[in-house]
Amino acid sequence: MTEQPMVRFDNVSKRYGALTVLDGLNLEIAHGEKVSIIGPSGSGKTTVLRMLMTLETINDGVIWVEGQPLTHMERNGKLVPADLAHIRKIRAKIGMVFQSFNLFPHMTAMQNCIEAPITVLGMKRADAEARAADLLDMVGLSEKKDHYPSQLSGGQQQRVAIARACAMRPKIMLFDEVTSALDPELVGEVLEVIRKLGREHDLTMLMVTHQMGFAKEFSDRVCFFHAGKICEQGPPNELFGAPKNERTRQFLHAVLEAG
Amino acid sequence: MIWDWAFAFEILPVLARAAIVSIEATLIGFALAASLGLVLAVVRIAVPWTGWTISVLVELIRSTPLLIQIFFLYFVFPKFGVVLDAFTAGVLAIGIHYAAYCSEVYRAGFDNIHRGQWEASIALNLSSWTTFRDIIIPQAIPPIVPALGNYLVALFKETPLLSAIAVLELMQTAKIIGSETFRYTEPTTLVGLFFLAMSLVSAALIRSLERLLNRRTMR
Repeated sequence: MTEQPMVRFDNVSKRYGALTVLDGLNLEIAHGEKVSIIGPSGSGKTTVLRMLMTLETINDGVIWVEGQPLTHMERNGKLVPADLAHIRKIRAKIGMVFQSFNLFPHMTAMQNCIEAPITVLGMKRADAEARAADLLDMVGLSEKKDHYPSQLSGGQQQRVAIARACAMRPKIMLFDEVTSALDPELVGEVLEVIRKLGREHDLTMLMVTHQMGFAKEFSDRVCFFHAGKICEQGPPNELFGAPKNERTRQFLHAVLEAG
Repeated sequence: MIWDWAFAFEILPVLARAAIVSIEATLIGFALAASLGLVLAVVRIAVPWTGWTISVLVELIRSTPLLIQIFFLYFVFPKFGVVLDAFTAGVLAIGIHYAAYCSEVYRAGFDNIHRGQWEASIALNLSSWTTFRDIIIPQAIPPIVPALGNYLVALFKETPLLSAIAVLELMQTAKIIGSETFRYTEPTTLVGLFFLAMSLVSAALIRSLERLLNRRTMR
């Protein structure tokens, strides 16, 4: 018996009016796989994450998570658009870290990390705090647990955001340009936490990134998006070392030139 | 002499009792306005198909005089079998009228919340109830306290309208004293001074509440 892919985009399209952002996307991500998505801006790469997190609806196709439809549900043997209860059940498996952190500014680091475990998972406060303390320790911020986001640097805020997402024990973690809003000297500490997460936790990871070095070293597979389609994909060594597609070559050339 | 101090002191206890009615009407009316306004603003976002209905309702209430709404509740509702005493009808009308204004203030407060806060709530799988209660409302309220406070003072200054349906609040009491004694100067002046004093006090209270909230949220 073959294992179900963790995530499967089945002919998924996304349009804004006349503009097609994603055009019939087919993408499978295996359990535990680390996939990086690269590409020029406007290529639809962030939309892939946002659709999977259900921040965007889709126009065509179906997204599957561990063999269950996310965007749809089965009723009388047919797939119909999912209702909120179904979406909430399936998206509990997914967590996301944002480019702009999106911490709750009126809550401390600790409060940010226990809010969802208590209100969504129904955990006891003490248990949620113990779990959050472990996670804040993992991201190296134990001593900042009572600080508010505005009292933390960008890198520290992003590490809290990672701990907050982990507190919900997702199976799939999405990273949307998580270092793009950071000062260059703070990028390293966040990438180090993501590396650690990949090593120590059984997580499937999907990241949109401009950090080519990190994508190369960290990912099992890299997808190059262009104009709403996967233009080329493969192991990082192949894609970065010997890109087959002309557009991939142009993009990598431009990015490496700049970086 | 136009002003009679002895008469002024004589009517003071009667006016003081009436002042309590005015303050009660204000507090109950504003509690209703603030909570119903919040419910309207939340429902408008949480249940999108209600948006149009709520907009029309709010527009309707804001575009007709409060006095007409008070008359409607007190004189017209009984025709449909809903009989309310004057105080209840008056306070209900004031509360609903100001709820329409308050709902717009809350809406502005919600609109100012960054989209990322909603998205983070979705990513953490929070229910929409939890999202409003723990994430959106605590951030939206502090900046709109001054606007809500202005409506509290405005509402307070409109309670004399209740005299039109014979609620024994300050204005009605002053009118009765005037018609019984043919002296209007003292009761009318005292009522005016009372409103001035209370408005200044509430404005000061609102300012200190504002400072307190700013200290707690703007870290």
